[in-house]
Amino acid sequence: MAGKTSSKAKKSGGRPSDALTPQQLKDMYTKMNHIRAFEEKVAYFFSRGMVHGTTHLYVGEEGTAVGALAPLSDKDLITSTLRGHGHTIAKGIDLNRMMAELLGRTNGYCKGKGGSMHIADLSRGNLGANGIVGGGIPIAAGAALTLKMHKQDQVVVSFFGDGALNEGSFHESLNLASVWDLPVVFMCENNQYGMSMSRHKSINIEDLSDRAKAYGIPGTSIDGQNVFEVYDAMIDAIDHAKKTGPVLLVSETYRYMGHSKSDANRYRTKEEINEWKQRDPIAILRAEMLARNAVDEQELDAIEKQTREDIEVAVRFAEEAGEPDLDDIINDVYA
Amino acid sequence: MSTSREITYAEAIREAMSEEMRKSDDVFLMGEDVGIYGGAFGVSVGMIDEFGEERVRDTPISAAVIVGAAAQHSSSMEAWYTHVPGLKVVIPSTPYDAKGLLKSAIADDNPVVFLEQKLLYRVKGVVPEEEYTIPLSKSDVKREGSDVTVITWGRMVNRCLEVAEELAKEGIELEVVDPRTLMPLDEEPLVASARKTGRVLIVHEAVQTGGYGGEIAARIADSDAFYYLDAPIKRLGRWTFPCPTIPCWRPMWSPPLRRSPPPCEISCNNRRRNRWRHLSSCPRPEWQWKPAR
Repeated sequence: MAGKTSSKAKKSGGRPSDALTPQQLKDMYTKMNHIRAFEEKVAYFFSRGMVHGTTHLYVGEEGTAVGALAPLSDKDLITSTLRGHGHTIAKGIDLNRMMAELLGRTNGYCKGKGGSMHIADLSRGNLGANGIVGGGIPIAAGAALTLKMHKQDQVVVSFFGDGALNEGSFHESLNLASVWDLPVVFMCENNQYGMSMSRHKSINIEDLSDRAKAYGIPGTSIDGQNVFEVYDAMIDAIDHAKKTGPVLLVSETYRYMGHSKSDANRYRTKEEINEWKQRDPIAILRAEMLARNAVDEQELDAIEKQTREDIEVAVRFAEEAGEPDLDDIINDVYA
Repeated sequence: MSTSREITYAEAIREAMSEEMRKSDDVFLMGEDVGIYGGAFGVSVGMIDEFGEERVRDTPISAAVIVGAAAQHSSSMEAWYTHVPGLKVVIPSTPYDAKGLLKSAIADDNPVVFLEQKLLYRVKGVVPEEEYTIPLSKSDVKREGSDVTVITWGRMVNRCLEVAEELAKEGIELEVVDPRTLMPLDEEPLVASARKTGRVLIVHEAVQTGGYGGEIAARIADSDAFYYLDAPIKRLGRWTFPCPTIPCWRPMWSPPLRRSPPPCEISCNNRRRNRWRHLSSCPRPEWQWKPAR
């Protein structure tokens, strides 16, 4: 059922998310709206033929990226996925250069050569998106090994989807990370489908976090539409990862749009999509902020308006630059 | 005064790894059975004693597809790696090259696939006591000669050098050129040699079909060396079959270098024989060489 989650993480008493300041809440709200506005803009550009290749949109899953990355510092590391715009924005990014990259302009992060799935920003600890399903997981384990060998008090968060749970790289990485007690949080975003394949048809267990048992590490499933639950689970997971070793989190979430731009949504129903939209992560955060009297309606509307304006600014920034020169195509192959 | 001694290929690789690990704590060794076991072929013997198990890390069996497939099926996989933009591919043929190139590979900021051939591990060669490095992407003329350019790498270099000595007795001088780094390829020395001799044979242990020899042949054919060629460019690789385990088939495992006729005759057997004055002593091929399909 849509929205069904097990909430083993919930404990009675005060949770870290109860102590979020109004400013922290506003930052989270801003990021979630940035992600949505960015993705909607990209969808529009794609339909106009202005974004090339393919692109995978994060709309509906904002609670996971923002909740998971809010506790991290710039020094903490992430690896991302082919659906990586949300992680990239949540980790902190220059939206102008990011939009420029998607539009294939020379002022983009990869000089316009990489596009949607190849943005990295080492200055903010973002080791990059990855076009290969499960491709980021061994990189995260490797980065965590580096942190451990350097005795650095940092953590790596590796995002991947439910489809990656059946890849060899997932098993190899969790096995290695668990025997070496690496400081890494494996964050599975279970958006219910690997392209068109329902996870009920691809995985023979109900609670995906049960996979953790095979590696002797903690595994928890959480409600990814509730940014507070993600945040709290992540605080615990980071603590465990730094002190003891890896953790598997499974965030139950949903993508509103198709897998990629070629998706006609034939494998799921409008009813199912609408059911999930009832539990929209941005709406849930908004309601909670109002309930806590952290902000008023006008302020939230102003934030929303500002985030849309920020995206327009990013588009104008991108349009100032040209596309890369043809002769430049053989450059930057090697470091 | 420089001093040299003879050590094996495996020892040269161990020295390169150990020296770099002494220099920088960021360098470490990770792999299957590299620790107490000392590596499946004894390459890392003793390293765990010096550097400890943090820096000489045994891994569970992982990346099984690539490493395992290559090792268990005794295949030569270099062409696969050269096909990936962004990778560098190094395949040293001597202990001297192995040590110098591995040190450069460790220092390089790019991912480098460094291919060691297990049948080379016990081969000995002269290696200086002093520290040295060999830059990546620098081809090396292993033997000068005027008649036929033989481009080869890895284990086939020594075998071609042996053949070259035999043919020298018959008055045929092979020039043996070892690219050492396949990607990015230092092309000019190969082209220059082709221009000089006008005849090119490319030998590799890997299966001929789809092998890297095809790439090198194409590059020479594309270059101005084409106008200097007296004969078609020839390739000699293993025939296309999975690696046999039965001993009687073992000779077929490697390219048919020792079979009659030797490779230079393949190259000799060309239409413009009149330009082969100095090869007049070359015996006529009695065995028609058939390329692998």
